[in-house]
Amino acid sequence: MDLPSSLLDQAVEQFASLPGIGRKTALRLALHLLKQSPEEVSAFGNAFIRMRNEVQFCSRCHNLCETELCSICRNPKREVALLCVVEDMRDIIAVENTQQFKGFYHVLGGVISPMDGVGPNDLQIESLVNRVAEGEIKEVILALSTTMEGDTTNFYLYKKLAPFEVNITTIARGVAIGDELEYTDEVTLGRSILHRTPYEATLSR
Amino acid sequence: MTAKKLHLQQLTLVNFKNYVEAELSFSPQVNCFVGNNGEGKTNLLDAIYYLSFCKSYFNPIDSQNIRHNEAFLLIQGNFEKGEQHEKIHCGIKRGQKKQFRRNKKEYTRLADHIGLLPLVMVSPADINLVYEGSEVRRKFIDGVVSQFNKAYLDDLLQYIRVLSHRNALLKQFAQQRMFDATSLELWDMQLDEFGSRIYQHRKAFLNDFIPLFREHYTKLSEGREVPDLEYQSKLAGASLLELLEQAREKDRVVQYTTVGIHKDDLVFRLGDYPIKKFGSQGQQKSYLIALKLAQYDYIRQQKETTPLLLLDDIFDKLDAHRVKALMNRVSSGSFGQIFITDTDRERLDRLFADIDIDCRIFNIVEGQAQHQTAENHGA
Repeated sequence: MDLPSSLLDQAVEQFASLPGIGRKTALRLALHLLKQSPEEVSAFGNAFIRMRNEVQFCSRCHNLCETELCSICRNPKREVALLCVVEDMRDIIAVENTQQFKGFYHVLGGVISPMDGVGPNDLQIESLVNRVAEGEIKEVILALSTTMEGDTTNFYLYKKLAPFEVNITTIARGVAIGDELEYTDEVTLGRSILHRTPYEATLSR
Repeated sequence: MTAKKLHLQQLTLVNFKNYVEAELSFSPQVNCFVGNNGEGKTNLLDAIYYLSFCKSYFNPIDSQNIRHNEAFLLIQGNFEKGEQHEKIHCGIKRGQKKQFRRNKKEYTRLADHIGLLPLVMVSPADINLVYEGSEVRRKFIDGVVSQFNKAYLDDLLQYIRVLSHRNALLKQFAQQRMFDATSLELWDMQLDEFGSRIYQHRKAFLNDFIPLFREHYTKLSEGREVPDLEYQSKLAGASLLELLEQAREKDRVVQYTTVGIHKDDLVFRLGDYPIKKFGSQGQQKSYLIALKLAQYDYIRQQKETTPLLLLDDIFDKLDAHRVKALMNRVSSGSFGQIFITDTDRERLDRLFADIDIDCRIFNIVEGQAQHQTAENHGA
């Protein structure tokens, strides 16, 4: 694709470097920007530059933020005794949307996966252990992916946190709400049967 | 034991290997494909194999099974299983996903189809089991067991994944010149969990399988040789966890996992000697046929269905006694439907002359199959 302007060509190259964007889409996006006023395009571009330069990571939970501590860690109304461990900040959004959790978070930044070159030292595990060691946390909820790598990480954390007096739980795994049994995959259903819960406990909620 | 009868009534091919178009109606008992080399006898067996396993026995690349210069291939089979009709359709277009339908309904997972139409293929290519590395022999076990046991297949896939992680970790240790025992133990425990289960399943399978195998070989050789088949696994002596611990230093040096069920093997012997080195070609062939016939019996027991039996070029290299012993079993009706290929029409005629069984013979010439309106069956 030969473009009449090398400036346009550069812009297209940049768009095309984004995941999921090919050169044709990149060209369409670039031409669209060309139709906008210079002010609008400046605002568009500056948004990315500022995002990259100014976003910080919360020094306590490693969530994204713009100040030393993120908005959740700064909130005095949340319960100090509860800590939810997640893979990345998208999971915080997901858990927050449930409106069922009032404690604090800890973002690991991934799960242990040697095949992808991720080991315990690449994750925020030491800082998690330090937080727990402070003694205020009573329960650590492990909310990681239900994959082999997620489970492995769960077990690693369990071992690392064993010396402390803290309750370690994982999110329940089983049949999704609203699902019919016959369409549930065998592994999930099998697990749900093995880890069944007393009916009375479900009533109190 | 009453096993459900399975048989292929009709096979339709379009552009499959050297066949432009073919339609064949089969006998529920014996069907023979006769022709010279390269005419397409084995291709017919492969087409039947396709309908059972969603892939070729010989060439794993689907598009290479399409006739040269054509865009697509089609294989259709009408089966009868017990009282039930099964219409299987397989269509492959170059550059597109393979279509596989059962009674006009497309499968979402091909793995769901495997096992519906049990089949055992005996082929000269089986000799790989003797000469190739242990991987081929483990695949033989895994192929049989996973047809009945989905949990086994899942364990196997998980095991392979854990193994890749562990090996990657060992490589990283070497590259970074460090070692972290806790990280390694995470994977050791999981290898132990999946590996022990796989070992137990393999052991249980071979306990059932080895007597079947011995019986078949003894019948084939008329008792002249004592065959032995042994499952070798280090897990027989110690738990995988212990083994991994013992091998830790070695694993660190070579940077991969040196013990586990991925190192298991089957040892083939006649008397006290490995057949790879000391067996004659005929003995090796008998051994492999016995192995496959034992597989046949095992599948029939487990599935309660008589599998299809495909015999590709098996009379070659077998002496007259062994051929006769085999044909006695065929005539006793202990098999269901059989498909045989041979280059020698007269040999087949001789073999089936004094056997009272419904036998259809097809002459194969350049990708054309012609039903012989033969002596013991009308067209």
